Amino acid sequence: MNGSVRHLLGIEDLPARDIVQFLDTAEVFFGVSTRRVRKVPTLRGKTVINLFFEASTRTRTSFELAGKRLSADVVNISVSTSSVSKGETLLDTVKTLEAMHPDVIVVRHSASGAPHFIARHTRAGVVNAGDGMHEHPTQALLDAFTIRRAKGHLADLVVTISGDIAHSRVARSNALLLTRLGAKVRVCAPRTLLPADMEQYGVEVFDSLGPAVEGADVVMMLRIQHERLTEALIPSTREYARTFGLNRAMLSRAKPDAIVMHPGPMNRGVEIDADVADGPHSLILDQVEAGVAVRMAVLYLLAAEVGQSPLA
Amino acid sequence: MPRRAVGDYRRAMTTASRQPARVVMDESAVSAALQRMAGEIAARHPEGALALVGVLRGGAPLAARLRSLLSAAGRAGALFGTVDITLYRDDAATALPNPQIGRSEIPFEVEGRVVILVDDVLYTGRTTRAAIDAVMDYGRPRAIELAVLVDRGHRELPIQADYVGLRIDTSRRERVEVRVDPVDELAAVVEVLGPAENTPAPGG
Repeated sequence: MNGSVRHLLGIEDLPARDIVQFLDTAEVFFGVSTRRVRKVPTLRGKTVINLFFEASTRTRTSFELAGKRLSADVVNISVSTSSVSKGETLLDTVKTLEAMHPDVIVVRHSASGAPHFIARHTRAGVVNAGDGMHEHPTQALLDAFTIRRAKGHLADLVVTISGDIAHSRVARSNALLLTRLGAKVRVCAPRTLLPADMEQYGVEVFDSLGPAVEGADVVMMLRIQHERLTEALIPSTREYARTFGLNRAMLSRAKPDAIVMHPGPMNRGVEIDADVADGPHSLILDQVEAGVAVRMAVLYLLAAEVGQSPLA
Repeated sequence: MPRRAVGDYRRAMTTASRQPARVVMDESAVSAALQRMAGEIAARHPEGALALVGVLRGGAPLAARLRSLLSAAGRAGALFGTVDITLYRDDAATALPNPQIGRSEIPFEVEGRVVILVDDVLYTGRTTRAAIDAVMDYGRPRAIELAVLVDRGHRELPIQADYVGLRIDTSRRERVEVRVDPVDELAAVVEVLGPAENTPAPGG
């Protein structure tokens, strides 16, 4: 990456050419995943640590598989966030890991900015696997990869992102990435789940699903993040499903060849109906498959970079 | 017209590199060598499906050329693929990441087949070693053979070619380049470029 990307902390500071670089490299690894031997020897002798302070099965598994398919040694560490003095604890954790000479540390944390903090205290490359309500860059990359494979391009596509926009790092990273590559992004949520400053990302804001889906090429549904809701922001789950759930009738307002996406985990019958999630427009499982290829590309481009960088 | 273009691109490249270059194979020599190699492949494999896999980037156009020459020699329908060795390099974990990895495409089962790897220049043998490993990850071929246009010596691994266009003596300080005409992919020349003036030898 011409020495420009040592860490992947967010989409915000990632220029379009680096985004395209990640996506193009992921195409190569997507091919690897379809072969008889789904593994390459590229990162033999490198160590990847998955440091997860927040529960996650799919993202952690995806990173673990990505590292293993590159022949890296992968270690999973789950840490509870119960400690009050997070700053100090985090620094101690990082110092301990640093002594094990990892090449890449993949971090998920409930606090926004935690991966950035870790990046300042390690020589390893750091990948943000989701920090609080801030960013989830590899999810945005895999979503873009999935859309690009399905549609051939991203520019000028109308992409509707509907759900808990206020608490979603996926929505934020996706809005940043897709607009940067020229897509027309619409975000949709009840007013209580819409941040006030959303227009700064160059997106169109809707508080009703019908108009948001009208003529869309891509409809991306997000779940309500109940664990992050500190007060009652929606009247009831049933009420939400009725007005903001994607069912077949609603989907028919999008383009006939529209694709449906969801980063998971899904709440069937709430933000998305089962027959839409399992229907012909759905690329939800393609997203999972793309995730491994995209994360292989990220680990490859960062880990090899680490070997070249001078001691910090 | 293609012939004209060959002269142009060759002159342009030679001037750009500002190194003394000598042509060791002109177009007709390359053409004759590939013709002979195709004949050798056909003689050694009179029956059964053949599979040619070009090592990116230099080997791919030569593999395509061999495939059409095999057709002309009565061995039509050879399977064709390409392999990129970036992820299999023995220095992959320490080299700078290559953001432009070529697409490995082997659109057929290699299981039980004779796969002929095609490359432009055989030098240390490290690229061939990587290409063999890459092919093996698609399945278990019955045999892998190696066809190269130029064998310039200086092997660092116990690897040899089964079909060779030309063997030449070179110094490690020289570069051997196979230039395929961008217009007429069937035309190529082989040049040896001496060490550039004022450039210290490697390690010197």
